[in-house]
Amino acid sequence: MINLNAGRAGRDGSGDEGRGGNGEASRETVLKTRNLSFWYGEKMALADISLDMREREVTAIIGPSGCGKSTYLRLFNRMNELIPRTRVEGEVLFRDTEINGPRVDAVELRRRIGMVFQKPNPFPKSIYDNVAYGPKVNGFRGNLDELVEESLRRAALWSEVRDDLGKSGLALSGGQQQRLCIARALAVEPEVILMDEPCSALDPIATTRIEDLISELRDDYTIVIVTHNMQQAARVSDRTAFFMVNENGAGTMVEIGPTGQIFTNPVDERTEAYITGRFG
Amino acid sequence: MARSDYTQQLQEIQDDLLLLGSMVEKAIVKSVDALKSRDLESSQAVIEEDDVIDDFQMVLEEKCVDVIALQAPMASDLRRLVTVIQVASELERVGDYAEGIAKISVRMGEQPTLKPLIDIPRMAEMGAGMLREGLGALTTLDLELAVKIAATDDEVDSLYEQIFRELFSFMVENPANIQGATYLIWIAHLLERIADRATNIAERVVYLATGKMKHFQ
Repeated sequence: MINLNAGRAGRDGSGDEGRGGNGEASRETVLKTRNLSFWYGEKMALADISLDMREREVTAIIGPSGCGKSTYLRLFNRMNELIPRTRVEGEVLFRDTEINGPRVDAVELRRRIGMVFQKPNPFPKSIYDNVAYGPKVNGFRGNLDELVEESLRRAALWSEVRDDLGKSGLALSGGQQQRLCIARALAVEPEVILMDEPCSALDPIATTRIEDLISELRDDYTIVIVTHNMQQAARVSDRTAFFMVNENGAGTMVEIGPTGQIFTNPVDERTEAYITGRFG
Repeated sequence: MARSDYTQQLQEIQDDLLLLGSMVEKAIVKSVDALKSRDLESSQAVIEEDDVIDDFQMVLEEKCVDVIALQAPMASDLRRLVTVIQVASELERVGDYAEGIAKISVRMGEQPTLKPLIDIPRMAEMGAGMLREGLGALTTLDLELAVKIAATDDEVDSLYEQIFRELFSFMVENPANIQGATYLIWIAHLLERIADRATNIAERVVYLATGKMKHFQ
């Protein structure tokens, strides 16, 4: 298997300090696509997308339904290849390694690039097992109890479930289930967390919890979030990319910039039309 | 067009701002006309009418806040609303200056002005013109006009210097002139401030058009 760590070699000298560190200037590109196009069968779904996502930043992808933002997100942990007759052209790089390369292990890739979905999808198992499952499968040899606790703490769920770890994950509320799914993603120690509309099935209070959690997680993880909710993108992200479909019905990236700029003074008039609600 | 109610609300707010601007412009002209013609009744009217301006500004600001809360405006819409709030408050302040001129006029009572008024009405005309142009530039996003307004402010400043020196020499010549000269200096100062506020409005044109905050030097 290709060493996915190659791109981080320069940072290894600084050890673990590098992650929680404050190095604004040293912010590296973690995920990158170059001239990326994608097809479902004959239908082109994404056209020529070049975009960088930087370490320990939250990148939000916004755009109207059908603009390919979820498809784009799912490329990064090769979820799309589970769908038959799909095709990728161009580069998808994780720390400068092409993730679609024949020698990249998709299972290992998905461990390092975790994903949280629109609808919380806990396993029909206990809270504890939901979190412990991934590490066990990956041959984790440390103290599993500690890892479960730590993951639940990071997902801001621990205080609510600490006395009920044996309870089924499905017995939790929607918001708690989503945080359980985040804990499950964190337990395998990923570097990137992809979030596909993580709050769309949640009420405003549960949504606020998840948004607060995203703010905490950004210190340690690179986060890419797809959201229909522009206010959410504005609240949680450092940079925002706007996608829309081109004249052939394929998703393209119109613009990316610092979130403050995108929402107060976008460069492209199509972005302006979309975020002011005057699209089409 | 999408969001037609919202678009209409933004248009109304923009219209209200222009209306507020014309009320304020009238107040300036009227306050100086009344001063010049020693029409105390008219001065008194300017003082009373300022309450209408104050109320109008508050209602306009509330409208803006409502739209922000209910419509979550973004990008140029957001910049426009922020600009309206800011400019309305500049205009309200200009209204206060006009009221200040009227109050001084009332305080002067029946006595004639120290000298025939030529430069002070000119300052008032320039200030009112700058306001009118500033609001025009806000409507058409005319950056060149905004820059021109800032240049006019320099002319107003030098006119103020000139008036000040002249009135100061009157005071030096004869202490009996002190009261009359002080009134006029005070008025000239208020007019100079009006031009400054108009320049602030011109700066907002730059923000509205480009999203960049900028002070004219």
